[in-house]
Amino acid sequence: MILEGYRDPVLAKKLRGEIERLAKTIGKHVILMHVCGSHEWTITHFGIRTLLPENVEVRAGPGCPVCVTPAADIDMAAELSLEGKTVLTYGDMSRAKGSTVSLSEARAQGGDVRIVYSVHDAVEIARANPKREHVFFAVGFETTAPPTAYEILQQPPPNLTFLTAYRYVPPAVEAVSNSPDLAVRGFINAGHASTVTGMKAYEHCFKMTRKSMVFAGFEPIDVLISIAMLLRQIANNDPKMENEYTRAVTWDGNVRAQAAMDKVFDRVDGYWRGVATIPGSGFQIRSEFAECDTRSRFGLKEASGEEQFVPEARCGEVILGKIEPPECPLYMKACTPATPKGPTMVSAEGTCKIWADHKILASMRCRV
Amino acid sequence: MKLDGDFASVDFGEGTIRDGVNVSLVPAQIGNYVLVHAGYAIQIVDDAEARKTLEYWRQILTADPENRASYEQQLIGGLG
Repeated sequence: MILEGYRDPVLAKKLRGEIERLAKTIGKHVILMHVCGSHEWTITHFGIRTLLPENVEVRAGPGCPVCVTPAADIDMAAELSLEGKTVLTYGDMSRAKGSTVSLSEARAQGGDVRIVYSVHDAVEIARANPKREHVFFAVGFETTAPPTAYEILQQPPPNLTFLTAYRYVPPAVEAVSNSPDLAVRGFINAGHASTVTGMKAYEHCFKMTRKSMVFAGFEPIDVLISIAMLLRQIANNDPKMENEYTRAVTWDGNVRAQAAMDKVFDRVDGYWRGVATIPGSGFQIRSEFAECDTRSRFGLKEASGEEQFVPEARCGEVILGKIEPPECPLYMKACTPATPKGPTMVSAEGTCKIWADHKILASMRCRV
Repeated sequence: MKLDGDFASVDFGEGTIRDGVNVSLVPAQIGNYVLVHAGYAIQIVDDAEARKTLEYWRQILTADPENRASYEQQLIGGLG
């Protein structure tokens, strides 16, 4: 694969020139938004914001699954671990606090919490320990929901249930584009999530909002091309759905993965921590698989919308791209990667954690 | 690299080879590039498309202004 071409400094310089030319044509201040933690990493790591003209701004939207997992779900997982069940989850998820404790703190209190790399590890651990109840705390977007659907369809061991908090990205992009206090002109859409759903999942959003959209890959050249494509649309006053990540994203997406998801989950309303309840953005295990669903097996209720962050923390506004991490009074003071107070400082996909890892202490926002 | 039912060994480059990558969600064949997310391949990556994107942009950004419009026409896909 010729991925090194996607880090070509000569092409990067040319793209920067193109972006400058387009920005000058537009003249006005333009806010673009991406909705994926991996895009934030690329943009921050390669210093892409420092290359942009003064009137072009790229903000990080809600693209971190750990960050938007409701506190009530984390609380539920922590309680289950303290009741003597083994709770299995991803590393990042174990460090995000619910309303009082994180899963790793629950573990310190005697709860059985284990870190897994994939849902398949959870299946194998449960199978190897048939006498214990296991709960897989399943978080993520449509990138991780299909593997869980696959495992549920393979008949997992009876001592394993799934506490799901999956969220579906397209309705969230639509919700953010309708947000009245943030005038986003174009979206850099998440390449990995779109590789599953296909571009077609965003057609409704595009038709309703007429905001420019480019489906983008994760190398620095991918991001620069995507910004140039968005600015070209804006300069021509011709919003479209365009695909930059043609090597992985198609109009229809991964049909096999979609079929597995649709067999196992119903699409329901989903609460995004710090954001809102977004219609059609949640996944609920269908009733025919109720024996795999932690909530129905143990008679637990779906989490309701209450955002619980630490006082003064502005995680919710960071998640929505309304502010940048240094605008939060806790950022790199009380809240650091070693002492995270909120989920955006915990997850590798959280904006605060990414900025902190790159030692960014001041705002990168253009002020005009 | 190696394919056994739902599982494959995948070469991640730089000396990393992982066994047991679940490829049941994609019609993967030996020699394909796959996008792996938390242990599961979620898409096959098209090498020819990767080259095409770079080629188009290199051409557009070095083209004479009069040729440029025709190159841009070739690039634009998606839904207007």
